[in-house]
Amino acid sequence: MTNSALRLVARDGEALRRDHSGDALTITGLSASYGTRPAVFSFDLAVPKGSMAAIVGPNGAGKSTLLKAALGIMPRLSGTVSVLGLPLEEARDRVAYVPQRASVDWDFPARVIDVVLMGLYRELGLLGRLKPEHRARAVECLARVGMADFATRQIGQLSGGQQQRVFLARALAQGAGLYLLDEPFAGVDAATERAIIAVLKDLRAAGRTVICVHHDLATVTDYFDRIVLMNVHKIADGPVETVFTPENLQAAYGGLLATAQIEGLAHPAG
Amino acid sequence: MSTLLQALSLSAGYNAALVAIGAALLGIAAGFVGSFLFLRKRALVSDAIAHATLPGVGVAFLVMVALGGSGRSLPGLLAGAALTAALGLLAVDWIARRTRLAEDAAIGAVLSVFFGTGIVLLTVIQTLSAGKQAGLKDFLLGSTAGMLMVDAVVIAAGGLIALALALIMRRPMILVAFDAEFAAATGWNLRRIDMAMMGLVLAVTVIGLKVVGLILIVALIIIPPAAARFWTERADHLALIAGGIGGVAGYVGTGISAAAPDLPAGAVIVLVCATIFTLSLLAAPVRGVLAALIRRRRFQIRVHLRQGLLAMARQEPIFDPLTLAVLRRRGLIRSDGVPTEAGRAEAARTRRDELRWEIARAMHRDDPAVASYDGLTPIDALLTADQIAEIDRRIPPASGVTG
Repeated sequence: MTNSALRLVARDGEALRRDHSGDALTITGLSASYGTRPAVFSFDLAVPKGSMAAIVGPNGAGKSTLLKAALGIMPRLSGTVSVLGLPLEEARDRVAYVPQRASVDWDFPARVIDVVLMGLYRELGLLGRLKPEHRARAVECLARVGMADFATRQIGQLSGGQQQRVFLARALAQGAGLYLLDEPFAGVDAATERAIIAVLKDLRAAGRTVICVHHDLATVTDYFDRIVLMNVHKIADGPVETVFTPENLQAAYGGLLATAQIEGLAHPAG
Repeated sequence: MSTLLQALSLSAGYNAALVAIGAALLGIAAGFVGSFLFLRKRALVSDAIAHATLPGVGVAFLVMVALGGSGRSLPGLLAGAALTAALGLLAVDWIARRTRLAEDAAIGAVLSVFFGTGIVLLTVIQTLSAGKQAGLKDFLLGSTAGMLMVDAVVIAAGGLIALALALIMRRPMILVAFDAEFAAATGWNLRRIDMAMMGLVLAVTVIGLKVVGLILIVALIIIPPAAARFWTERADHLALIAGGIGGVAGYVGTGISAAAPDLPAGAVIVLVCATIFTLSLLAAPVRGVLAALIRRRRFQIRVHLRQGLLAMARQEPIFDPLTLAVLRRRGLIRSDGVPTEAGRAEAARTRRDELRWEIARAMHRDDPAVASYDGLTPIDALLTADQIAEIDRRIPPASGVTG
């Protein structure tokens, strides 16, 4: 038994002693890479239940990778993930995920309702029959994002904003406690952005937890109550008012943002 | 011709009926299973699988002869084929995952190496035990001649089992094909689902070897879903239609080949498939080529009509021959180009619609109905009468347009 092994055991013990029962998502020591370039390095994160958190950082900071590695979509080099107090594998049905909409081929033969019903496939299992109440649930989820009239539309005919709403409806159909969204506002129209944020705020009001990869620094303080600021490493995480400071933004963005811009964001005029 | 009808009505004799039913079931299974491969955009993997069956056929023959058999048992040969096909599949998968080579390069390499090995084995077998090997070459292009009852049962049962398993696996396979990330995030094991899908393709390939042959079986897996895509916008329907097309191709193809016994069944089945594909490509109502041409032509005429009417309203000369033809055909201008009474009225209506759109776009910037302005749709098809009345109040009287 070597020294380093002993230290690892000691660290595990320490991690166990910390109380995570109030957390929706706990990530410990997560690292992930593309090839040999680390994209996310030794990341610890605890997001309390009922919060609405933004993962913020410059391009290539590993924001999407953090989500994907946490969910096991891409392999982790290290780290553990628990959801609502359970190991991830036991809590799959409590996590809803909204991928970037550009990650799929929208010419796939499917109608809007078929995509939303995919959110129920895990619950249905291999042999479960698709019943009218499942369809009703899917239509209701579409109604929540303002797309009920589009149920039988072919997905190839949707605009970018409508595609994003369909993805959100599919996540709603999962009926999860934790919602992870990868850039839900990227390239959508203003009306869709308003519709999505309203749905997300409703989820928070119902006690669910929402975590978004977010790229628009101007709207962070309006939309979210917590911020995870990262650039491969974690830079800061906590309530917006304590984390969204010029110092932290400077640390995350380095020379990518002018000092004046950072000051303007952290202390908006008026 | 009457032989063909006899074959199609299963009255051309016991053996022909056996072959027709077997081929139809094989076609249904191949089309249905192939749909998921097609949707996953990995159709060509089936080509590697098919070519990788050949060394297995040779090895199985040698093993069975060494054990004192005739080496002709179909289940034995197919088991050997399945074994090397699985090896080929794993090799493609391994190369694509563990190296920086793309899957198409892995497919090309594996396909040719396994096929080459198989050809060498068959040649060796030919020199070793001349006469006995006669049946093996049939696995290249398929043969229905001298098919035994047990062979047909193996093919039919294998097809049914593959079909049933694909039916059970359809949801995860569709989900992975559309959105693999979401599937992984919701806890489906991507690798296991992909391997199951490939396993089904492998099964269909192996049971199709005897009838269609390893070179052409790919067609029966890929063409039916490709043809079905023209007819539907739903993944589950696509699989059903593809199964239907495959079944018809298998049935009719063996019928034709029974009527003209010199034609190999596999090749005829593929040609029937290709005929259905060509008809689908041309004639399918929404995605078909003819439908697209007609749609485009109608749209072009609408554009010319609108442009022509606006030019008439502005009293500009029109030179475009198509615009003139469209206006003339509708009686909006005379043959000498002078606007008719109806033409002047229609031009004024169009001008008013254009003005309304201009104001509507300024008034309802955020309204998606207005944002969808395409320059062609009349505004009264989108807005209510009171909305239009409100717009008309804002049209400046100097524009010379009266309601």
